[in-house]
Amino acid sequence: MDKEKIKTTVILRGIGVSPGIVSGRAYVLDRCDVQALHIKMESDEALSKETERFQQALADSEMQLRGIKDRLEDGEGIGPLFINVQIMILRDRKFVESTVNYIRENRINAEWALNLTISKYRDIFSRIDDSYIKGRIKDIEDVAQLVFRYLSDERCERVADIPEKVILVARDLSPADTVQIKSDKILGFATDVGSKTSHTAIVARAIEIPATVGLETITREVMTDDIVIVDGTSGVVIVNPDPEILKRYEEKKRHYLVLEENLLREAHLPAVTKDNHRIGIGANIEFSDEIASAVLHGANGIGLFRTEFIYINKERLPTEEEHFMHYTQVVRGDGIKWATIRTFDLGGDKFISDPRLSDEMNPAMGLRAVRYCLREVELFKVQIRAILRASVYGNTGILIPMISGVQEIKTVKKIISEVQDNLRAEGIPFNEKTKLGIMIEVPSAVVIAEYLAREVDFFSIGTNDLIQYTLAIDRVNERVDYLYQPCHPAVLRLIQHVVNAGHQAGIKVAICGEMAGDPLYTLVLEGLGLDSLSMTPLAIPRVKKIMRESTLKESKELVAKVMTFTEPQEIEQHLRTYMVQRFPELCPLTNE
Amino acid sequence: MCVRLMKLEKVFTLKNELGLHARVAAMLVNVGSRYSSAISFEKDGMVADGSSILDILTLACPKGSSFIIKAEGDDAGAVMEEFDRLIESKFGED
Repeated sequence: MDKEKIKTTVILRGIGVSPGIVSGRAYVLDRCDVQALHIKMESDEALSKETERFQQALADSEMQLRGIKDRLEDGEGIGPLFINVQIMILRDRKFVESTVNYIRENRINAEWALNLTISKYRDIFSRIDDSYIKGRIKDIEDVAQLVFRYLSDERCERVADIPEKVILVARDLSPADTVQIKSDKILGFATDVGSKTSHTAIVARAIEIPATVGLETITREVMTDDIVIVDGTSGVVIVNPDPEILKRYEEKKRHYLVLEENLLREAHLPAVTKDNHRIGIGANIEFSDEIASAVLHGANGIGLFRTEFIYINKERLPTEEEHFMHYTQVVRGDGIKWATIRTFDLGGDKFISDPRLSDEMNPAMGLRAVRYCLREVELFKVQIRAILRASVYGNTGILIPMISGVQEIKTVKKIISEVQDNLRAEGIPFNEKTKLGIMIEVPSAVVIAEYLAREVDFFSIGTNDLIQYTLAIDRVNERVDYLYQPCHPAVLRLIQHVVNAGHQAGIKVAICGEMAGDPLYTLVLEGLGLDSLSMTPLAIPRVKKIMRESTLKESKELVAKVMTFTEPQEIEQHLRTYMVQRFPELCPLTNE
Repeated sequence: MCVRLMKLEKVFTLKNELGLHARVAAMLVNVGSRYSSAISFEKDGMVADGSSILDILTLACPKGSSFIIKAEGDDAGAVMEEFDRLIESKFGED
């Protein structure tokens, strides 16, 4: 089994003590490299203690694997083969006896003995012709890694040799640790314990690296070399993010780096152009912890609350109460006027977490989002019910992703109305005026936008997927990355068509892709007539300032001009030149 | 007391597509573990402990290869029958 693939995303919340966002490889400080530990044992007593340690580490490892297995089996009963095989290896008489014999006969520590056992099997398996069976050595190595981890947990305290450019993960950092740390070596801190005034926090702020403390379990969740994102602003840490999340955070990081203080001071000012055209500004968030930052950066509302984190990597499906708790925290968030909650936007593979399943799918075009919800109606109803219940506490919108035709939204409406009937029957309050909107991200939805507009209260254009589907490019495939062109004339015309169709039907049209947060496109989107833009919080101050300094008239002229070009490069070049000249202080970042 | 110690051995040919891979080895070990008989697998003079998945894997039997299963104990007949069924059914593959 590929070790990378069985890594699951874990989200931890702590206290953000030093602002900024960073992603990189983790280095776990309190687990040293025990594999290299070679100790000769003098006394028989020490030897029997080593044997005991080994047996205990086997038992602990098995317990952990059984825990994972139980979780996987709660999914859809797809037998987690690799786990079963790994458990069998842990219990394998030959494997265990071999290691115990090495301890006793060579009078060595358990780690060294385990290393000898692995070498022995490496040797045996390397002589096998069958490449499949040859590859099973990986299972033995994975199992051994787990056992090493348990062996190390109680033996090791500290290691001074920290590699370059890592995110340091530790239970806590003492002054003795931090004096050894050179700021250019460490990208960020993530610790189990601590507070805003703890030593770690002070050091992090002093050397200006992002840090989140008080994560409680980070040292248990992370292994050295795992990819970790530390958001020291909102206090969120994400372990083993999938490529999509990583990409989103790269974007956040970019915005963070260029955000100047004076922009932040003006962030609360409204996005009203000089000729008095007002545009709504929303924030895209995935945790309610981000609301304070969103408001600070000038969001009027939450334009996109992603709900996937409520589902993924849970031991079971979230209950209605869990959903409800998350949604009420968002809709009643301090300082926001509205919140749009997007329903489940993943495929079933994300919470069954079977690596083989996700492997076989083309996830972008598979059974996901509304398609999955319409197949797993009960799962969908739980979410809808929770959103409706939360709607009492604030101005709430429901946003359905990946709609491709009228029938889908009709079915969704039927389900929502059933849920509403049930709530009424049970006497549970909800806001009857909760708005229903759809993501416009599938090209077919653009083409029939006038029909869809009759069914819903608002549109939200998801440019990331719309661009991907329209230009037929896989966003995570680097070889076709160059084709990802928000400036493509086709993309701009699709957005224009959606805005016109929405406005003709009298509904609002928002945009919530990455494009919305890129200042290069601010005037174009303004000129295309979008009613609101929702973006990552850190992008807001700059986009708002551009709007405040512009006129709707000029942005409409700009749109008219770019619509005369036939090539994406021409459009991009024209926009770049225009924006840099027009807003020299606000748009330098577009020349990355 | 009447305990009949049985010693059985039988040659099997693997008909499933992947040969003796991890899933199959796991199934064989699981079957054996439900019986008290001592079980061993043999191929080309190599002997594998029937209770060790790693031993069985190292026999490296591809599709179509033959190997011997030996069972020794008072339920040797029953366990051999179950091995027979399992291997005949191609371990539920296809």
